[in-house]
Amino acid sequence: MSLDPVLLARLQFAFTISFHIIFPAFTIGLSAYIAVLLALWVYTGRELFNRLARYWTKIFAVSFAMGVVSGIVLSYQIGTNWSHFSVVVGNVLGPLLGYEVLAAFFLEATFLGILLFGWGRVPPWLSALSAIIVATGTAISAFWILSANSWMQTPTGYEMRDGVAYPLDWAAIIFNPSFPYRFAHMVTAAYLTTAFVVLAVGARYLLAGRHLTESRVMMHMAIGLIAILAPLQLFIGDQHGLNTLKHQPVKIAAMEAHWDGSKPGDFELFAWPDEKAETNRFAISIPRGSSLILTHDPNGLFPGLTSVPPQERPPIVPVFFAFRIMVGIGLLMIAAGWLGLLLWLTGRLFEARWYLWLVARGWWIGFVAVICGWIVTETGRQPWIAFGILRTADAISPLSAASVAVSLVLFVIVYGIVFGYGIYYINRLIVRGPEGAAIEPPTRWMPGRALSAVEETGREILSGRPKRT
Amino acid sequence: MESLLPVIWAGIIGVAVAMYVILDGFDLGIAILFPFARSDGERDRMMGSIAPFWDGNETWLVLGGAGLLVAFPRAYAVIMPALYLPIIVMLLALVFRGVAFEFRGISLSKTLWDRAFAGGSLLAALCQGAILAGLIQGIKVENGAFAGGAFDWATPFAVLCALGVAAGYALLGALWLVIKTDGELAERSRGQAKILLLVVLAFMAVVSLWTPLAFPRIAERWFSTPNIFFLWPVPIATAVLAAFAWYALEKGREVSPFLAAVGLFVLGYLGLAISTYPYLVPPSLTVFQAAAAPASQGFMLIGTLVLLPLVIGYFVVVHWLFRGKVREGEGYH
Repeated sequence: MSLDPVLLARLQFAFTISFHIIFPAFTIGLSAYIAVLLALWVYTGRELFNRLARYWTKIFAVSFAMGVVSGIVLSYQIGTNWSHFSVVVGNVLGPLLGYEVLAAFFLEATFLGILLFGWGRVPPWLSALSAIIVATGTAISAFWILSANSWMQTPTGYEMRDGVAYPLDWAAIIFNPSFPYRFAHMVTAAYLTTAFVVLAVGARYLLAGRHLTESRVMMHMAIGLIAILAPLQLFIGDQHGLNTLKHQPVKIAAMEAHWDGSKPGDFELFAWPDEKAETNRFAISIPRGSSLILTHDPNGLFPGLTSVPPQERPPIVPVFFAFRIMVGIGLLMIAAGWLGLLLWLTGRLFEARWYLWLVARGWWIGFVAVICGWIVTETGRQPWIAFGILRTADAISPLSAASVAVSLVLFVIVYGIVFGYGIYYINRLIVRGPEGAAIEPPTRWMPGRALSAVEETGREILSGRPKRT
Repeated sequence: MESLLPVIWAGIIGVAVAMYVILDGFDLGIAILFPFARSDGERDRMMGSIAPFWDGNETWLVLGGAGLLVAFPRAYAVIMPALYLPIIVMLLALVFRGVAFEFRGISLSKTLWDRAFAGGSLLAALCQGAILAGLIQGIKVENGAFAGGAFDWATPFAVLCALGVAAGYALLGALWLVIKTDGELAERSRGQAKILLLVVLAFMAVVSLWTPLAFPRIAERWFSTPNIFFLWPVPIATAVLAAFAWYALEKGREVSPFLAAVGLFVLGYLGLAISTYPYLVPPSLTVFQAAAAPASQGFMLIGTLVLLPLVIGYFVVVHWLFRGKVREGEGYH
């Protein structure tokens, strides 16, 4: 079997973008959390909020750096591996990505510098303002990127001339039909992802009996957010699904593994979709469940996979399973949020060690749900890269399979190293805790190195922190 | 107006790339000088002198990439696959150096990330030089798509440009340290800057002679009448600025040598722009042929005119907040 450059390029893009999305999924929420903490600090004057904000800002900085560097890669990969894509849809998508860089990327990068290095140099309100600007920047970033992605799913406001898309109506392009749903769904997902990380860290400290005051605040804030957002996310997801049914019915059919559109759809709790036989094996299903969800009528009909020829269908298995994992995690999140709320209201939250034990180990569930959600929407769009405009196989650059294979291997190695260390270091920051890892105010510089060395040692003894050299 | 749009955009992207080269140039350059630092404390100060700025500096690279896609999608679609390997390697090298800023402070052993920082930055600078050479040399295009091989860019000229860009960045880095640090470190940087200034001038001279000799279109641009009457000040201004930079270094000035070096970069860049205009992808795609639809260029232009001044505004704010010399122990780790 000879290597297929299209397959290799797809693998490479799937790899680099999955790696990248982990960080925005976390930093969109975390920047908002830090902004809230700093605003509370300025408003109440309680040092606790400042300590928590500084602690999370360190973790944010590491995640953001990994998000930036993996994001730069993406802005070039569209050209290196998918050059025909940029020719065909560049007129439409280019400005959306351009606005992201100008409106958001610069905003985040600059004010993050002030947030990270400004402690002690700038007044508290400016730190808080910088955090709010960074959080706004990440949200604006998400706005433009999701607008661009949504246009690839549900393109509107353009016309085709000589095989190239030309813009007709920018408002229709930016606010294309799936965009509001996808934006709401992703930003909520990012907040939930962060909330579960904060919850897990708080629970971890409580189990270890460390940083009790900080942990309680973290857990309360996280549970409050999850109890509201997790059920809201179920509703947004449902609306998003109905929107997809309207515009990309084949994707919905793949998510549900619904083959025959002339009958109402069952909801498959488990099944193995057999693409050759066009049926589901080992199915355990809720009869007419899908029809009820999608049409709000047990006898309602929606298009099945057999309504289009096999080459027009996306790969069923990954879409089907990724959707089930995502929904499963979503339900788990609701359970975790409401259970936590119940324990909190009955005053047993910090004594319920089983609950703390469970959520301390559940920090990753948001990330898995986000990646699964993207697999559903991106794989479900196949065989199109821009729905109805350009097929993925036609979007590839004129490259040899060898070039793409070499770069794929390089990406896997480099990202493996960087990601491995990143997780390791974030864990180290968490182990160190809010006191040890807090960002310290800049040392006042003393003339002569001996003096500053003494001061340094003194501070270490006082803070009980081992010297790191 | 519509016929002006491609020219305006070529100007905007030209400015974005120049901003990138100068801004990330000094912070890549500082990393290239890392191996010459004498202690961890010195390396801390070197990194501290760029830590609040590097994110913003590197964003200009994203703007360059995104800007090319926005304004000249056809050129983007040719350049990226043609220079595939140097671009991918550059991006991976930037990954290593970018995370080194954060990882170095958390790691128990700084050495590993010192090396990643210096090695990644040097490799990124070399790749950028190779990319520059690849563009000057020209790209084989058929039917609007790249039609050459994976190693077309790899020539002796590319090696020359790669080394020249790395030396140029190191020069900017050394001069930045003259501004932002003091004591022994600043003095050593001043010495390094003098040597690097001579090296960079030598590279500029060789490139200026090589390009017209190897590429007739460039010779014609510079040496035909009436062009030569307008263009002769470019090399003269370069020589004058270089002499001024040397003099200012000798006199112990801090800011003016850096500004003079930035001027040298701008002149070198202008020289290359004169050599290639109106081509974006010499010798086949001009800015007019590669341009996006006027509606796209126009829509983005409105945003750029509003947002670019804001971006420059934050740039000024952040440099003002972090003005002055870097002191030891000033990081946040």
